[in-house]
Amino acid sequence: MSDVPILLEMRSITKEFPGVKALSDVNLVVRAGEIHAICGENGAGKSTLMKVLSGVYPHGSYSGQIVYQGSESKFSDIRASESAGIVIIHQELALIPGMSIAENIFLGNEPRKRGAIDWKAANRMALDLMARVGLQEDPDTLIKDIGVGKQQLVEIAKAFAKDVKLLILDEPTAALNEADSRHLLDLLRGFRSRGITSIMISHKLNEIEAIADQITILRDGRTVETLDVKADGVDEDRIVRGMVGRELSSRFPDHTPKIGDVFFEVRNWNVRHPISADRQVCKNESFVVRRGEIVGFAGLMGAGRTELAMSVFGRSYGVYESGTIIKDGKEIVLKSVADAIDNGLAYVSEDRKAIGLNLLDDIKTSTVAAKLSKIRHHGVLNEVEEYQAAEAYRKELRTKAPTVDEGVSKLSGGNQQKVVLAKWMFTDPDLLILDEPTRGIDVGAKYEIYGIIQRLADQGKGVVVISSELPELIGLCDRIYTVFEGAITGEIARADATPENLMKQMTSTKKMATR
Amino acid sequence: MSRLKDLQKNLFGGTTSNARQFGMIFTLVAIVLIFQVWTNGLTLRSDNLIALFQQNSYILILAIGMLMVIVAGHIDLSVGSVAAFAGILVAKSMTEWDLPWPVAILFGLAIGAIIGAWQGFWVAYVGVPAFIVTLAGMLLFRGGNQFIGNANTIPVPEGFREIGSGFLPEFGPNTGYNNATLLLGLAAAVAVVWRELRARNTRRAMDADPAPMWVSILRMAIMVGVIAFATLRFASGRVGTSFPISGIILLVLVIAYSFYTRNTAGGRHIYAVGGNSRAAELSGVKLKRVNFFVMMNMSVLAALAGMIFVARSAASGPQDGNGWELDAIAAVFIGGAAVAGGIGTISGSIVGGLVMAVLNNGLQLEGVGTDKVQIIKGLVLLLAVAIDVYNKSQGRFSIIGSLMRPFRRDDPAAPVSPPDAEREPAKAAVSG
Repeated sequence: MSDVPILLEMRSITKEFPGVKALSDVNLVVRAGEIHAICGENGAGKSTLMKVLSGVYPHGSYSGQIVYQGSESKFSDIRASESAGIVIIHQELALIPGMSIAENIFLGNEPRKRGAIDWKAANRMALDLMARVGLQEDPDTLIKDIGVGKQQLVEIAKAFAKDVKLLILDEPTAALNEADSRHLLDLLRGFRSRGITSIMISHKLNEIEAIADQITILRDGRTVETLDVKADGVDEDRIVRGMVGRELSSRFPDHTPKIGDVFFEVRNWNVRHPISADRQVCKNESFVVRRGEIVGFAGLMGAGRTELAMSVFGRSYGVYESGTIIKDGKEIVLKSVADAIDNGLAYVSEDRKAIGLNLLDDIKTSTVAAKLSKIRHHGVLNEVEEYQAAEAYRKELRTKAPTVDEGVSKLSGGNQQKVVLAKWMFTDPDLLILDEPTRGIDVGAKYEIYGIIQRLADQGKGVVVISSELPELIGLCDRIYTVFEGAITGEIARADATPENLMKQMTSTKKMATR
Repeated sequence: MSRLKDLQKNLFGGTTSNARQFGMIFTLVAIVLIFQVWTNGLTLRSDNLIALFQQNSYILILAIGMLMVIVAGHIDLSVGSVAAFAGILVAKSMTEWDLPWPVAILFGLAIGAIIGAWQGFWVAYVGVPAFIVTLAGMLLFRGGNQFIGNANTIPVPEGFREIGSGFLPEFGPNTGYNNATLLLGLAAAVAVVWRELRARNTRRAMDADPAPMWVSILRMAIMVGVIAFATLRFASGRVGTSFPISGIILLVLVIAYSFYTRNTAGGRHIYAVGGNSRAAELSGVKLKRVNFFVMMNMSVLAALAGMIFVARSAASGPQDGNGWELDAIAAVFIGGAAVAGGIGTISGSIVGGLVMAVLNNGLQLEGVGTDKVQIIKGLVLLLAVAIDVYNKSQGRFSIIGSLMRPFRRDDPAAPVSPPDAEREPAKAAVSG
């Protein structure tokens, strides 16, 4: 392929956020007319790189060079990159549901005649664009009335309306069913034959293998390698190796598990999506947790791990369909979060700021928030007990804050997470479900949180850890379930767990017995 | 320097001094003093203070309920109409169905509860925004009032009028003052001292240093001084007048609701829902119940306010309660509540309400027309909130929210506001 001209070259891109180096010295070379896939684990820096490219992070906020069509580009915002023909289609579609297909295609880019929108021209052009992406609908149809697969096509048509030269697709098939995915991939092939270059970010390695010409693999914000699919004979295993190939150093405290009997069990758990009732987010899932055991849930984003956890936690997500929960040999029915808390469950959410904490609160108020009954006597909350409880956890978890009167919004991510952990430890749970417990936390704080998790397990509690970082799961968990598209696809004991076999099961529906 | 800093830190607030409320209290003091000078001493005269309370007690009662509604992230536009609706039904129940007035009061509260349940149902269980539900309620119950009363005025009997225009009774030896008011003032002073000492103990029990003793003493002295001043003013009015009954009702409600919002799980849940409803839900808070409760509670208080107004004006009419919702909402926001919910205090709302009341009263004493009074009130509301927004955007006093929580011990006292904002034993003004 080296004879094909280079369309885009990103040279030693480095992008820093306060405290985190999201990208360091990343290089990317995309040749005209190819489909270039970017692979990497969650947090490897794929989206950040694309945001640098599309001007979301303007020139000057990163270091390095973007050479596009032979000259250096300094995009100040998305408009600048779009006018150069670079269009990004995000995973969450940016369409307005109450507007028509034509209106959406030309949103912000409306064809005008004497100041007014020329709807006749808009509809005619929309039909033309829709034909190019193989979308057969009336341009007056509202977005909310078409399926997500067709919505994706509208997004692409929208990109064509802007005269796209380089199309970037972030997880384009994540929300699509198989038929729609196949159609989309065919479409991309069609674009390639017409000379349109695409960059595609995807977790679905089989799709990448099938469609990509080149693959660039990112890991921890660095470029690992760029593979030529045909020349290098790349297959899924090869990609996985590149994605996870980091050594597992001692990033975890030493721990000898003291595992007891099974005390918590979920059987044949079925849950539907809260809005689109035909989507099943939990498909007949079953799992067990033993006392003193740390159980991991591995899966890609959107695999349905959070949905499983939250639906178990008092049906706080989705529409419950069927399934039973057995705790200490008895079936329990948890219809609300309050039921779940009363039955000794705790759920530390994946998004601390959005749903884990009330950022207006201070540390002590947050600490007791999930079990006010513990500090309530005759209906009155005891402020001294509240203070003492919060102070005890502050010391135990070594939360860095001057006093427990400090507002949680002022704390760092790691310390906020400790407050959330304290909040749930205060409820005296038997089973703690920790959803991405170390997301957005620096390495030192991660180590401390691992220690806390291990101590909780040693107290005889069951701990479920959901994480997108495979090394974390392998380093911390005694047993790992893999989840793919709402179903549990495997169960791997710690001794057998490798990033490769986890990744394999996380990306395929084929059930493999590795026990 | 350090003494001054200590004073600043500890006199009205805690380590994280409550800047907004602090500011409002000083605004209130300033307004009172300005009008006191401008009106040649008319503002703080006994009869004027008494009238001020009688005229505004119902708005302040509404502000209590409105604070909880706004903290939970809603709004209630229907309070004026609900007050009028309950008022006309209560008036009718006494004049036409001959209900004895105490029963009629209970009847009125029950009406409030039913209306509140109706509105709460739509807000909490159907999910219609409170703005819409109460906008509908505003029309519905205004129309209801005029339908039931035939747009006529219905007078109410003597006994009932007490709750709006009555005063503490005269008894005991002739001291030249109203003895009941003196006793009330004494009780308030004792409560203030007791609260301060208790708060110091609480602080110690937390292994934290209480404010320096001299600060506590200064604070107590100021508050007792204000109480003494107010007590003597209220007790020395025209014979037959003293501290108004409606003021007593307000006082009891302020104390009870401050305690509820600060020291009970139910109160805390309201703040949790307003602060982050999803986080609250995932902490086991029953969202629907909380939303239902605040809406229902608001209508009960609106019914009470309506009855007090009817009692004061001796009759229920078709225009009762017009525009009350705006006064109550303004009081709450001037008192430091956040539009987005989660932040605000009962005492702050009372101070906010008093700022508006004193402004109103002083301008009227000076013969300023209602047209100009409205213009000034509008600007005050805008300015108060704008200053807050500006300060926040400058990061001046960090997250105002964390400063305004009602259950923090550093909640400031209201040192110069008239006595009702003072006498809540629950509102411990300790520093940290």
